[in-house]
Amino acid sequence: MSVKEFFAMGGYAFYVWTAYGITLAVLAANIMIPVMQRKQWLRRQLSKTKRKEG
Amino acid sequence: MFLVPDSFVRFFHRMASPPHFYALTERLMPWLSAIFILLTAAGLYGGLYLAPPDYQQGDSYRIIYIHVPSAWMSLFIYTIMAVAGAIGLIWRIKLAEVVAISSAPVGAGFTFVALVTGSLWGKPMWGTWWVWDARLTSELILLFLYLGVIGLYGAIDDKRVASKAVAILALVGVVNIPIIHYSVEWWNTLHQGPTVTKMDKPSIHVSMLIPLLLMALAFKFYYLIAMLQRARVEVLQRERSAQWVRNKFFGTAS
Repeated sequence: MSVKEFFAMGGYAFYVWTAYGITLAVLAANIMIPVMQRKQWLRRQLSKTKRKEG
Repeated sequence: MFLVPDSFVRFFHRMASPPHFYALTERLMPWLSAIFILLTAAGLYGGLYLAPPDYQQGDSYRIIYIHVPSAWMSLFIYTIMAVAGAIGLIWRIKLAEVVAISSAPVGAGFTFVALVTGSLWGKPMWGTWWVWDARLTSELILLFLYLGVIGLYGAIDDKRVASKAVAILALVGVVNIPIIHYSVEWWNTLHQGPTVTKMDKPSIHVSMLIPLLLMALAFKFYYLIAMLQRARVEVLQRERSAQWVRNKFFGTAS
């Protein structure tokens, strides 16, 4: 099977790759959002603590 | 309690304590990620490359390797969320509340993926993106239940109170789980019946079955990773004034 054939998915390329693309996007977002939230929260708390110490 | 050895009880209390949970999940994360990546790579290689095209559906059937595991996860995670919610409600275990609410966005994500990939599979095979049949409608209701849980939790400021409300909503919604599962048997529908979990023998060739099971296992590990990442944020926010958080991140001052 050639690379071109593989990506053509027997004529169903649009349906198959859109399905896989959306899945990848949703799964990636569900990991990245909490990781970013934690970093943001820690940064905010740290700056609050610094302000208090003045 | 006299039947349960003391050391056992102590072990559980230590495991469920927020600082221990936070440290343990940090150490587990690289291992869980490595297992997830290996399983996904093997599953996709088997499913997209090694497995032959379906004799009726051609290559379009390859959506099965994400569609079916996502649909399984949408039910699995909802059940975990309801059980964890019930444990939190009955025994007031904080970590159970955290696991319950941290499962909701991951479950909603999988439900969304199951619906969208199903639609993308339905269009070329059934000739339509959507039908209001029992399987699709009950899965859509599941998405609304997840979103309801997330919305309700966000709307209540006191997170202990919010957890109770969310647990009750999740438990009421459990009714929907067997409806989704049996919908293809109870009602006539466009959606095909179960191919893997049939009692006698799965009606799917082993070269297609193995990648499907690998992907299902990979998604279980993904759930652990994503849910624990949420849980870590949740634990920090709930414990922000606790000594261990201040010691760990902000020095001993303030």
